[in-house]
Amino acid sequence: MPAINLTASLNDNFDFIMHVSKESGQPVEQCYQCGKCTAGCPIAFAMDFSPHRVLRMVQLGLKERVLQSQAIWLCACCSTCTSRCPRNVDLAQVMDCLRGLARREGIPLEDRARDIAMFYDCFLNTVKDNGKLYELGMMLNYNLKTRQFFKNADTGLAMFTRSKIKFLPAKNKNHRDVRQIFQRVKELEEKTK
Amino acid sequence: MKYAYFPGCCDHTSAREYDISTRAVCRELGIELVEIPDWNCCGSTPGHSTSHLLGVALAARNLALVAEMGLEECTASCAACYQRLAMANVEMQSNKKLCDKVNWVTGKPYHGGVRVKSILEIISGLQPEQISSRLVKPLDNLKTAVYYGCLMVRPKAVQVDDPENPLVMDHLLQAAGAETIDWCSKTECCGASLAISNEDVVLKLTGKILAEATRAGADCIVTACPLCHFNLDMRQKKINQVFGTGYRLPVFYFTQLIGLAIGISPDDLSFNTHFVDTRKVLELVG
Amino acid sequence: MRIGVFVCWCGSNIGGVVDVPRVAVEAARFPHVAHSVDYKYTCSEPGQKMIVDAIKEHKLDRVVVASCSPRLHEPTFRQTIARAGLNPYLLEMVNIREQCSWVHAKEPDKATAKAIDLVRMAVAKAALLEPLFEGAIPVTKKALVVGGGIAGIQAALDIADAGHKVILVEREPTIGGKMVMLDKTFPTLDCSACISTPKMVAVAQHPNIELVTYAEVTAVSGYIGNFSVTIKQKARYVDHASCTGCGTCWEKCPKKVPGEFNQYLDNRKAIYIPFPQAVPNKPCIDAANCRLLNGQKCGVCAKVCPAGAIDYEQKDEYRQVEVGAIVMATGYDLFNWAQAYGEYGYGKFPDVITGLQFERLVNASGPTGGKIVRPSDGKEPQNVVFIKCVGSRDEAKGKAYCSRACCLYTAKHAHQVLEKIPGSRAFVFYMDVRTPGKAYEEFYQRTVNEGARYIRGRVSKISRLGDKLLVRGADTLLGSQVEIEADLVVLATAMVPAENSRELARTIGFTTDQDGFFQEAHPKLRPVEANTAGIFLAGTCQGPKDIPDTVAQASAAAVKVCALFAKQEIATNPMIAEVNETHCQGCLLCRDVCPFKAIEAKTISDKAHGTVKTRPVARVNAGLCQGCGSCTASCRSGAIDLKGFSNEQIASAVKAFLCC
Repeated sequence: MPAINLTASLNDNFDFIMHVSKESGQPVEQCYQCGKCTAGCPIAFAMDFSPHRVLRMVQLGLKERVLQSQAIWLCACCSTCTSRCPRNVDLAQVMDCLRGLARREGIPLEDRARDIAMFYDCFLNTVKDNGKLYELGMMLNYNLKTRQFFKNADTGLAMFTRSKIKFLPAKNKNHRDVRQIFQRVKELEEKTK
Repeated sequence: MKYAYFPGCCDHTSAREYDISTRAVCRELGIELVEIPDWNCCGSTPGHSTSHLLGVALAARNLALVAEMGLEECTASCAACYQRLAMANVEMQSNKKLCDKVNWVTGKPYHGGVRVKSILEIISGLQPEQISSRLVKPLDNLKTAVYYGCLMVRPKAVQVDDPENPLVMDHLLQAAGAETIDWCSKTECCGASLAISNEDVVLKLTGKILAEATRAGADCIVTACPLCHFNLDMRQKKINQVFGTGYRLPVFYFTQLIGLAIGISPDDLSFNTHFVDTRKVLELVG
Repeated sequence: MRIGVFVCWCGSNIGGVVDVPRVAVEAARFPHVAHSVDYKYTCSEPGQKMIVDAIKEHKLDRVVVASCSPRLHEPTFRQTIARAGLNPYLLEMVNIREQCSWVHAKEPDKATAKAIDLVRMAVAKAALLEPLFEGAIPVTKKALVVGGGIAGIQAALDIADAGHKVILVEREPTIGGKMVMLDKTFPTLDCSACISTPKMVAVAQHPNIELVTYAEVTAVSGYIGNFSVTIKQKARYVDHASCTGCGTCWEKCPKKVPGEFNQYLDNRKAIYIPFPQAVPNKPCIDAANCRLLNGQKCGVCAKVCPAGAIDYEQKDEYRQVEVGAIVMATGYDLFNWAQAYGEYGYGKFPDVITGLQFERLVNASGPTGGKIVRPSDGKEPQNVVFIKCVGSRDEAKGKAYCSRACCLYTAKHAHQVLEKIPGSRAFVFYMDVRTPGKAYEEFYQRTVNEGARYIRGRVSKISRLGDKLLVRGADTLLGSQVEIEADLVVLATAMVPAENSRELARTIGFTTDQDGFFQEAHPKLRPVEANTAGIFLAGTCQGPKDIPDTVAQASAAAVKVCALFAKQEIATNPMIAEVNETHCQGCLLCRDVCPFKAIEAKTISDKAHGTVKTRPVARVNAGLCQGCGSCTASCRSGAIDLKGFSNEQIASAVKAFLCC
């Protein structure tokens, strides 16, 4: 691994560090790297960078590396890290902020991260269209996008026999309201970008 | 007692047992639930993971609807919905700038004033004798592993109980006559929404929880979260296939067991739509 | 009137923010200012000489120094102007460091403007200063030491050896404190009991020391040199004059109680001595647990006592003592981790213990005779995990500070595990290893060389795994999660102030810091003095520290006491309240608000139109008044004034600010 030029990364990415601190509302400089977040993280085993390293990368302004990481997407938002952090840093919020940033910056995602982001998209698309989640639509769409046409088909069948699946979405009366929420959020975020 | 009720998107599908049993138990116990008219999805993990603003806005619209109903308290059965609504409520009240932004986004101004409670808090807030005096079928022979998961006990601003050793649900089940075992996975994460995209991760986490519950001698697992329920109940078969285990642990919503204890029939509590057969538990309870 | 103004740079402390030369130039224009200059380090020898010379050259009769807090250098500059022949109280200090440059570091212009305003106010006040004169009070040459741990023992012995009388008050039935509970002490590994019990005996036998155990200080009045202290002797229910300490009573007592001295690892009796070498070596009855004293049938101890020393009718007794100085040495307690750390099991796993419990386990006089075993099943552990900073450096669940001694005692514990248990393994979870002491780093390295595995990371969770404990942590150097199947887990819990120390500080009349430790008068220059004159601090009551530092501080406190006792009389602060009897209405509201009980009523007689009338007025006891000013604020007729801070002087300063 080549040496990281810290003067350059802190010069170039100082805005990034400030942005993460501000948007997540978390004092990232407070972290003293004790690793209690990593120690208790249920997903750390599957991550490319353990949680404390994600925060370290933010502290040092290693923007590209952290935004391209699998770890920020694998975070399951369980907040175990947050509840045990001795420095009162809400790492789950930082992860949230990094995911949002990665999307807005159009970072290309791979492997697990890509699948997770795609799932989130499929989920939210049905919400955007119907005001509520439409599970079957979401699953079919996800399978289509990930080109695994029969993934979870057995689940679907089992769900069907227990009348746990609905073929048609339950549409919200004012789904225009919800669509407006999506539109206005996009509008605001493009303005601040 | 009258609450605005947020059933959540899975109320008629994957989490139908929870919605059905919640409504049945509340009816029996004199807790009036008024469904929020025209509620929308809280955004869940995909919402706040994609955009913080989107996450808060989707939840906040529902809070605005509750305020329009003229009710002060709102409840959700689903732990994820509860957490999203409660977090949005905290943020809307503590961050004026965000609140203004969100109100523009939703077009439905909300400035706080609603209290968000999980259905667990509401039912466990009853006097113990309100349950014990109604016991028709005490859960005497039942050893339960009470599983809280993440969303109701973390983060601190919205926690229903202690994040390391929560007890509210234990006490409720004890009041219904059940034994609650001491086990160490009470608040471990099941992997939740990663299940669709990264099932292997979730199978591993859920497998550990089933192993712990089995090791501690539980007859069943009790939860208050549809995500936990789905991963533990529906995926149990897959876990057995992948890891060569033979778990057959029924997974219940706490409202189903409370309902059973106060005399609601198993069919009216949707005992028959589980993936893991629930008859073993019915036999134990007698 | 000719006022001199001296504005200090304090190097870059003030000069780096405030435009000091400009302040001096502005000050030259204020009324009565005859001379105004700035200087790099005004408190230095040349700086002081500059002031003396200026007073003489410019015939100055008032001096204003704008520099640091008066708490630091007011005495310095008073002496300076006294050397030039001025009354020392014709000095006014302006704090443009702590209250200006340090807090407005990012706003230099505003800081400069504020400094100018502050100096303007001080000049206006200085114009009204009057010469003040110190009085003298005698000193009672007897010291009170509160707390009989190693700090209190050392301070008491040093003061007594210097020839002064000492009363040592200890809350527990024996002296010795925490040190005597320890096994071996780092880094030399000498036996703690062997080096502390001789000191305990020396205290008991010293002709100048009166030892009062099982007692508490309940009230203190008076002031430096003349304190009056109320001591509560708790009922022991044993007459120590006739008791021979034979031990029959505690052998026969039927009631078992988890024992404090062995940290609840075993039981003592309801009538007990804490440990065999206790001083005094005579028992007391723990009233909360005694059967007879709680209305049950018993009385065994009285029946078996050959000396007839048991007295169930004994009551708490109060006595009054007069002392000239007080040394606080109340020590520390361990942070209650079981209440805060749910992830470590909230105290419900018996094999998760504290460092102090480990000391008792490994101690030859402890409950296991020095064999390290698991409290749950008595088996010898193979894999022992140590977790540092439990409650320390944890703002979320405990304290922000470092407890200073844990790094070394944990290294010692790991060494003892490896030494005593063949084939064992010791794992130490740490965030930093802090070894700033003589031979400390070498000791830590030795433990590492012996095979202790140091893992950099905090532990996130301890859970039960069969009869073992699963410790889940992280190795942040590897960047990976780690798991250890441990037989025993030892927590290095934070040091916190001893129970009730905040209340005790309030009773005696001095301040504590944000964590409840006793506040020293100055963190660097007056580390063993409280901010109330005549009260001194020794050991961990002032902040976490190890034994060498504790003993050093105790001896330092003793020297301070001896320096005080070397004087026959001490000067009193003349900046005290004064009553104008002509204006006083005798309402005595001032008496009610005085926190030092320094105001009393007195009756005076007025002659008017040939008749004599008597009326009550307030009177200030010059010995007790601390010059806090509460009375002046409460006085409706403006009849009571604080010398050096009179209403007129303060009003003048405020006016100078508002009317500029």
